[in-house]
Amino acid sequence: MTGTDTTTATAAAALALGDDALILSHRLGEWAGHAPVLEEEVALANIALDLLGQARILLSMVGDEDELAFLREERSFRNLQLVEQPNGDFAHTIARQLYFSVHQHELYAELARGDGPFAPLAAKAVKETAYHRDHAEQWTLRLGDGTEESRARMQAALTALWKFTGELFQPVEGLDGVDRAALEERWLAALTDVVERAGLTLPDGPRTGAWAAGAGRQGLHTESFGRMLAEMQHLHRSHPGASW
Amino acid sequence: MVAVTPETGPDAALGTDGTDGTGMTADLGAQLAAAFDAAVAADERVEPRDWMPEQYRASLVRQMAQHAHSEIIGMQPEANWITRAPSLRRKAILMAKVQDEAGHGLYLYSAAETLGTSRDELLDKLHSGKQKYSSIFNYPTLTWADVGAIGWLVDGAAITNQVPICRCSYGPYARAMVRICKEESFHQRQGFELLMALSQGTEEQHAMAQDAVNRWWWPSLMMFGPPDDESAHSAQSMAWRIKRHSNDELRQRFVDIAVPQAESLGLTLPDPDLKWNEERGHHDFGAIDWAEFWDVLKGNGPCNEQRIGQRRRAHEEGAWVRDAAAAYAQKQAAQQQTAKSAGQNEEARV
Repeated sequence: MTGTDTTTATAAAALALGDDALILSHRLGEWAGHAPVLEEEVALANIALDLLGQARILLSMVGDEDELAFLREERSFRNLQLVEQPNGDFAHTIARQLYFSVHQHELYAELARGDGPFAPLAAKAVKETAYHRDHAEQWTLRLGDGTEESRARMQAALTALWKFTGELFQPVEGLDGVDRAALEERWLAALTDVVERAGLTLPDGPRTGAWAAGAGRQGLHTESFGRMLAEMQHLHRSHPGASW
Repeated sequence: MVAVTPETGPDAALGTDGTDGTGMTADLGAQLAAAFDAAVAADERVEPRDWMPEQYRASLVRQMAQHAHSEIIGMQPEANWITRAPSLRRKAILMAKVQDEAGHGLYLYSAAETLGTSRDELLDKLHSGKQKYSSIFNYPTLTWADVGAIGWLVDGAAITNQVPICRCSYGPYARAMVRICKEESFHQRQGFELLMALSQGTEEQHAMAQDAVNRWWWPSLMMFGPPDDESAHSAQSMAWRIKRHSNDELRQRFVDIAVPQAESLGLTLPDPDLKWNEERGHHDFGAIDWAEFWDVLKGNGPCNEQRIGQRRRAHEEGAWVRDAAAAYAQKQAAQQQTAKSAGQNEEARV
């Protein structure tokens, strides 16, 4: 790949954070035309657009954004396994949003306070992710304290995705200054609070399994990810060298 | 618009005696209708609380509902390409465009609510097939270039149709359209720019663009509706200033704008009869296949079932989410009520 710099630690971190945003944005984009209510068509697209904007800035810190998005193989992506998980029902999407956006918001708040290479991006992203977090929390409350069915679905979704949350707190090359333990503590406290207010239970299963924890950051992904990339990359790859 | 409101009108003035089935005397009804017609003729705006003929209300609800439905069904053919957009820039633009369409749906359903018709009611009518959406969305988006063709031609035709509605006699509709038209004109420019990139790209990309324009040209001309002498609702809508130009006038305007744009794109339009008519000062164009138009309208287009099927499925599969939000809101309201009564009891004791 031309013009790509993955040798520096900053580039490694930019790739990890950029891939998280790129892949989650793609998954949220799959909701277009399928959302449960018109307001959510607008909201989910809004979040997807924020994330895509972040992804473009981060990937451009590493190399050509389109080469990185469309010409890498599955094993070269550095995103968390959490963000590549299929949308499932609306509760699964909200659980994925909740786990990720609370983490992303806390992380960017910390990066925005520093003066590292991600501070300018983080200053903007922290405002966006505050909205993403609020959106996820508000829906967690509504689904948890709505009907019997919504409570059951939301609980099932929180449980199903729980095993992917350990990876959020694995060290990321280039983000050595971030205190992962403190980040995890804040995340857990926030999650406990919202889940309790929603009348739900925080899952207690393992989230540091040998395969899940840290795997995405090493390029190990789940099966559905390859199909997602096939769809995302096929047109770009079908016309090598073309401009769009 | 200064008109007779329900408060000052028949309901306030009359008892039960001497009224017709609508609760007003024939005389007063005629006076209201005359005042309404005069106000509309003077280009004054009708507002939600103004008196209006029932048929005017019904006609507006029908048109606004169809417009709102077209926005949300119209998301589907373009959303079809979000996950395959060939660059991140194009992906961001397309996602923003589809999001705008959801937003337009929201404005329009809200504008229709000012006439006393809820969004749920209108969605039910869409899902049961009692109300229509623009037939253009019953055609498939087969390649990436279709995203450009929709922006350039379909949004271009929509703008030609919709700009005059910014001056429509009904205030909430006219105001919603001002904002919608601004966004639509941005959509059209992105479609044109997308096609330009393809047209000037590789041979395959150019062919992709030409193929898309070939497929979308005629359906776009059909978007203006049947010829004037066959249009069911046109005459009354013109008199009420819901509509300001005839279908054929708008179609001609669109053709005249599109022809030079196609030239600058380096693409051709699939009509051997298309040529400038010096005498008329307009382009002549070939005969439209109205049999196809009526056939697609009746439900036999390539995607009618798919589009409405996806819409119904999204609605049905989302029912539990909407129910949860409603149940949550009720619980919150009940809790607030309880807290309020407790506070009042407390005050009473003090």
